[in-house]
Amino acid sequence: MPLDALPLPPSLAPWFARRGWTPHPHQLAMIAAAQAGRSVLLTAPTGGGKTLAGFLPSLIELAQVPSAGLHTLYISPLKALAVDIHRNLVSPVAELGLPIRLETRTGDTPPSRRARQRIAPPQMLMTTPESLALMLSHPDAVKTFAQLRAVIVDEVHALAGSKRGDLLALGLARLSRLAPGARHVGLSATIAWPEELAAWLGSGGKHVHHIAADHGPLPQVEMLEPGDELPWAGHMALYAMGELYRAIERHRSVIVFVNTRAQAELVFQELWRRNEANLPIALHHGSLAVEQRRKVEAAMAEGRLRAVVATSSLDLGIDWGEIDLVVQIGAPKGVSRLTQRIGRANHRLDEPSAALLVPANRFEVLECRAAIAAIAARELDGDKPRAGGLDVLAQHILGMACAAPFTADALYGEVTSAAPYHALQRKDFNDTLAFVEHGGYALREYEQWRRLFHDSQGRYHVVSPQVARRYRMNIGTIVEAVMLRVRVGGRVLGEVEENFALGLEPGDTFLFSGEVLRFEEIRGMEVRAKREKSTQAPKIPSYDGGKFPLSTHLASRVRGMLQTPESWRSLPLPVREWLDAQRERSIMPDRDGLLVESFPRGPHHYLVVYGFEGRPAHQTLGMLLTKRMERAGSKPLGFVATDYVLAIWSLEPARDIDSLLDQEMLGDDLEVWMAESSMLRRSFRNVAIIAGLIERNHPGHEKTRRQVTFNSDLIYDVLRRHQPDHILLRATVADAATGLTDIRRLGEMLARAKGRITFRELDRVSPLAIPILLEVGREAVYGQAIDALIGEAAERLVNEALAR
Amino acid sequence: MPIASPQSEETGRLVLHGIELFAEPSGALWWPAAATLVVADLHLEKGTSYARRGVLLPPYDTRTTLGRLVQAIGPRVRRIICLGDSFHDDDGPARLSPTDALLLQRLTACHDWIWVTGNHDPALPPALGGRVVTGELQLDGLVLRHEAEKDGSGEVSGHYHPKSHIDIRGRRLSGACFIHDERRIVLPAFGAYAGGLHIESEPIRALFPADFRIDLLLRGQLMRREFFATAF
Repeated sequence: MPLDALPLPPSLAPWFARRGWTPHPHQLAMIAAAQAGRSVLLTAPTGGGKTLAGFLPSLIELAQVPSAGLHTLYISPLKALAVDIHRNLVSPVAELGLPIRLETRTGDTPPSRRARQRIAPPQMLMTTPESLALMLSHPDAVKTFAQLRAVIVDEVHALAGSKRGDLLALGLARLSRLAPGARHVGLSATIAWPEELAAWLGSGGKHVHHIAADHGPLPQVEMLEPGDELPWAGHMALYAMGELYRAIERHRSVIVFVNTRAQAELVFQELWRRNEANLPIALHHGSLAVEQRRKVEAAMAEGRLRAVVATSSLDLGIDWGEIDLVVQIGAPKGVSRLTQRIGRANHRLDEPSAALLVPANRFEVLECRAAIAAIAARELDGDKPRAGGLDVLAQHILGMACAAPFTADALYGEVTSAAPYHALQRKDFNDTLAFVEHGGYALREYEQWRRLFHDSQGRYHVVSPQVARRYRMNIGTIVEAVMLRVRVGGRVLGEVEENFALGLEPGDTFLFSGEVLRFEEIRGMEVRAKREKSTQAPKIPSYDGGKFPLSTHLASRVRGMLQTPESWRSLPLPVREWLDAQRERSIMPDRDGLLVESFPRGPHHYLVVYGFEGRPAHQTLGMLLTKRMERAGSKPLGFVATDYVLAIWSLEPARDIDSLLDQEMLGDDLEVWMAESSMLRRSFRNVAIIAGLIERNHPGHEKTRRQVTFNSDLIYDVLRRHQPDHILLRATVADAATGLTDIRRLGEMLARAKGRITFRELDRVSPLAIPILLEVGREAVYGQAIDALIGEAAERLVNEALAR
Repeated sequence: MPIASPQSEETGRLVLHGIELFAEPSGALWWPAAATLVVADLHLEKGTSYARRGVLLPPYDTRTTLGRLVQAIGPRVRRIICLGDSFHDDDGPARLSPTDALLLQRLTACHDWIWVTGNHDPALPPALGGRVVTGELQLDGLVLRHEAEKDGSGEVSGHYHPKSHIDIRGRRLSGACFIHDERRIVLPAFGAYAGGLHIESEPIRALFPADFRIDLLLRGQLMRREFFATAF
């Protein structure tokens, strides 16, 4: 396209010409949409020039008609990304001599600058969802955003559907009222549900058009072909480390993605053990100190690293052009997530990305194969954005009261214009408002203590400036696990979960930050440790397997593969033999039905359910089934769940499988169990903090986060007993239903399996059950079984003298 | 897999200066010979104490605590001793809801009820009933006070809200606990919203420098653990 045909104003065109810039069609479409005043969602693979596509229309507008106030607001899920975008835009804006001031605003911005940004905002502001909520809670938000013309939300796919996304959607609804003329612009990876995502972006009543960029050539995805050394269970893939190291040697720059921090530490250590060529290989995960992560990112950006081992901490972020291979260790869990990870390689649209999948056990071989087939078919998966959380709504309501008095009707109208709250019932809104106002407790005399009061016109006000101050100190929806700093001598290496640290005994060794450390003691909020010199195997951070459950889509593909023996030919020999043996001794799981096996082993009877619905759903099923088996006299002793399978062992065999697996278990049994479940307690803590029931920190004195953990349990017990239908308990159950307990998926499975359960009574363990039996005893049993375990542990402990 | 019940006749039994006492799963200490029940740190009206500052915790903590107390008392008890920090703050008694105040008055009226108050405890209104003992109470060879003293002996106290944990198959269960040795016992906090201080923390360690035992409260059960200083 000749340059003068571009829709660029004369002040910009020569600059772009000098850089030899040729616009992508979607970038031109974005300019056209902006000129028509349309809101748009752009979905494009990484490397498609998304950021420029988002900002170009604003640059053009500001070059033509300078603005005195805030013109473009850019919101990113990552603080680092906001800072990086700012850095990348500053120099072209300066070189072009455009009348644009660009600034960032994050939690790190000094208070004086924040105050100035509200009163005299720059033309372009780069910020995060939390900082936006903070700005919107100030009375002068009306003025700050009066001249706003564009809101750009980056990485929309990572925000929509999360609680941060709920908060941002409510913020967008408020922005639409403050600045009705502003366009909403969303930048997203390619996703399975663009319509829902567009609706989300349109929060506040915008109609959003979807522009999809060319998806470029298919990535070249291969699976590392394991031989006999392929493990039956486990997630570490240590057998493949030699191959992996050779792959790194053959490439310029590699990202090795893993699923958990524990895997990251171990893989990193194993690579360095083999690193005879002393290749620069680094480690990146969310528990490492921020400065250390920034250093690794900078080294990667400068092309100084041959490989970085990373968790989801690198799923989003700054583009690095030089990566020529992405490795996924362990199961990919979902096609969309894998696609996005692979997209981190080769950030040029015209070249295919290269990726290598490394399965860690036999089931993961099937999952990797299924993922490769799905990518070849350009299929995507992932959940649609769910309904917004009432805890987030409570936080937002208080924020809006801090900004200006409101009437319940007007705020309800505004809130329901945000997509996640589109179907919000008035009753739930009223209850949430009552919670914000006076706690919403069924105790009349308690209403004297309140955060809001309403005037004679029915408008709600905050009762005092302290309430507003406390709101601002507790803003946001990210509730971190209680973390302890890890200190070695004078240096802080990063943080570990409190629970992990409390499980260490003095002298225990563990892997952290790529080093073997020897635990000494916990002092206050710190773990004191020393570097370990001996080479004995360290105790490894516990495996956190539940984070990303197997997607429904991949699960269905895996079931499909099991049903079609013709497809097994391409599988590695040990996997083929394993499946053949299963066909001989038992039967293959059905694509739509449900295979259940039982067999005796040692003194116990085992019941194995092949659900393929992800670990959280299987965990819940395990809890419910053991309860029912107890009633039926089968004397269950414990269970273990993976993404694929659930196994329960008991003293007596399970009987009447069909009624055991009846959907009715999702009624009373579920309710009883949920109330006692430790998962619900964990959910409640998050809900209570987000809703503002429990504070993160008080003005003046910061409570240790340790105390918050303990108190939320006490509050949960009291509230559940006296007011089980309280809004926060409803929010807690809703959270757990899609998250930790995944009741939704369990319900779908039971409905699907009704009348289609294949039950096989075997005289010994089936081949397909071997992996799950290896998991037995490796991990914790949850919920009700705790009582039995207390007894079990008591027996041990009575005879045990514990040193301190 | 045999499952041993941690409950038995001997559960929670301890002997302090020759006197037989029982740590109970409710968090109360039972002294059969004196038909006396001892509780510590009720922290009544902690919920409303926060509410005044705009932290709207569920206000049912007093009700919960009193309900538990009623259950712990049962028909056997003649005397009840509360070892200080019975209200979370000075204005606590004034904030009692009418229902809760009435329940408390009934309880104090039909037992020999003793409020042991620490030096910093506020004066309790007479309308609540019971009698107030300031500082410490000497009773049948034991001394009962709010906060343990360095050289205390035959001493029953509260104040520290001791808690501990056990690890079972990679899972951590925490709970409040009694902690005791030959010289003294420190009671767990009885209040529904009373948090805890881990027994490994300095102030509690200083009180129990040698061997000691704990009775850990877990979901309505007690579990005893012994700690030996010499093993370290």
